[in-house]
Amino acid sequence: MDFFLSALDYLLGIPFLGWGEQIGFVYKGLALLVGLLIFTAFILLADRKIWAAVQMRRGPNVVGPFGLLQSFADLLKFVFKEVVIPAGSDKVLFLLAPLITATLALAGWAVIPVDNGWAMANINVGILYLLGISSLGVYGVIIGGWASNSKYPFLGALRSAAQMVSYEVSIGLVIITVLLCVGSLNLNDIVVAQSEMGLAHALGVPWLSFLNWFWLPLFPMFVVFYISALAETNRPPFDMVEGESELVAGFMTEYSATPYLLFMLGEYIAILLMCAMTTILFLGGWAAPIDLPPFTWIPGVIWFFIKVSLVFFMIAMAKAIVPRYRYDQLMRIGWKLFLPLSLIMVVIVAFVLQLTGWGWHGGIA
Amino acid sequence: MRAGQVINTLLLKEFVSAFFLAMRYFFGAKPTINYPFEKGAVSPRFRGEHALRRYPNGEERCIACKLCEAICPAQAITIEAGPRQNDGTRRTVRYDIDMVKCIYCGFCQEACPVDAIVEGPNFEFATETREELYFSKEKLLSNGDRWEREIAANLSADAPYR
Repeated sequence: MDFFLSALDYLLGIPFLGWGEQIGFVYKGLALLVGLLIFTAFILLADRKIWAAVQMRRGPNVVGPFGLLQSFADLLKFVFKEVVIPAGSDKVLFLLAPLITATLALAGWAVIPVDNGWAMANINVGILYLLGISSLGVYGVIIGGWASNSKYPFLGALRSAAQMVSYEVSIGLVIITVLLCVGSLNLNDIVVAQSEMGLAHALGVPWLSFLNWFWLPLFPMFVVFYISALAETNRPPFDMVEGESELVAGFMTEYSATPYLLFMLGEYIAILLMCAMTTILFLGGWAAPIDLPPFTWIPGVIWFFIKVSLVFFMIAMAKAIVPRYRYDQLMRIGWKLFLPLSLIMVVIVAFVLQLTGWGWHGGIA
Repeated sequence: MRAGQVINTLLLKEFVSAFFLAMRYFFGAKPTINYPFEKGAVSPRFRGEHALRRYPNGEERCIACKLCEAICPAQAITIEAGPRQNDGTRRTVRYDIDMVKCIYCGFCQEACPVDAIVEGPNFEFATETREELYFSKEKLLSNGDRWEREIAANLSADAPYR
């Protein structure tokens, strides 16, 4: 019995016998996971509500007060429905694809610092890890589209392959400009750097910390990152992958019940991950916008999620107000506009930093 | 001109103005009717669920003239007539409307010389089985009893235009 419990202790980190080494790790992970899933449920509802409000509709308002429980009702519906697996599909890959999407999207959150030092894994190459995870996300889409063995999903998957790879490039360059200013790949350092240098310090009003953040000095990059994030997560106006008017639901056409739920969940968590990245890179992460008492009383986690929600609001508004791009326009923006723009900005930022001696010098590196 | 266009594009001028336009709609009043709790206005001429009316003394109006059966373009109405047991007056023994066949044209209402068969304001009579939509005389009379006030008000509201 003791052996069994200690094995469980070792595997799960829950102290059935003594205080396990990884105890905090497991509880932190659980807290993040549960918090994130609940947040995602309400973000899903918020997306529908915002879209509805702009179109002067009411949106879901029946399940619970103001429809607040709609996402949970949807969850139950998806879980209890029958999983339809097409006869011609590759069954293993067909079921693997949504798992890949959901798992990778969740895995990305492991390095996100929701408060100072509150990251599951505060690794020194956090931003590289995020870039890798978000690039891998395309595999779920491609595998799902291919394994369905059907025309529309396949077309959707092909589109996504080209689209996500194109915008990956400009996202990478945007991240490089931020890294040039910070001098560290650690996400925690990136946020700390934003509060310790910047315009507010230069102007002599250090308490106006929202002027410090990188969205102001790197404003073009902020915009490029926002638009690329839309394309990277297949959000409208770049949802060619789903494109319901021509591809039914794109790579998700053949999916139903829980696998579909996992795709949806993965998609929205990936969107939130992009919002979190925007927050960390440009909006000062967990820092309060004004460094004075009433604002600093609110804990950093709350500020972080307020900022993530605001970025998500902008993403939801983009869905409501921008018509879908044509595929060649999408590619033109990615390669002919964003790539040169961000390349030039990398050069300009590097020059400015070299000449003025700006930049953050408190990092580990 | 060209430079201005470039600046407008880079600063996302159209996106920003669209955003503010969208925010105006965002906080604007919603035209949606919250249906099961709110209902839209219905004209007095609305042709909804059928009903057989009675006179104020409780006597049924229908005299089994079969004009409605004759005019019904969908042949949804079936009437059998006969003398009533207690006083021998001509009444319907059977008055059935197949609501699945009915096209809600209102001809039966127009044809009726005694305003017995009418189409009331009710449009919420969906049923779970097909059989429930074969309305019998009892069902139609009970509809008439239930909706008499609304039907009478609608008939008087529409009377000046007939």
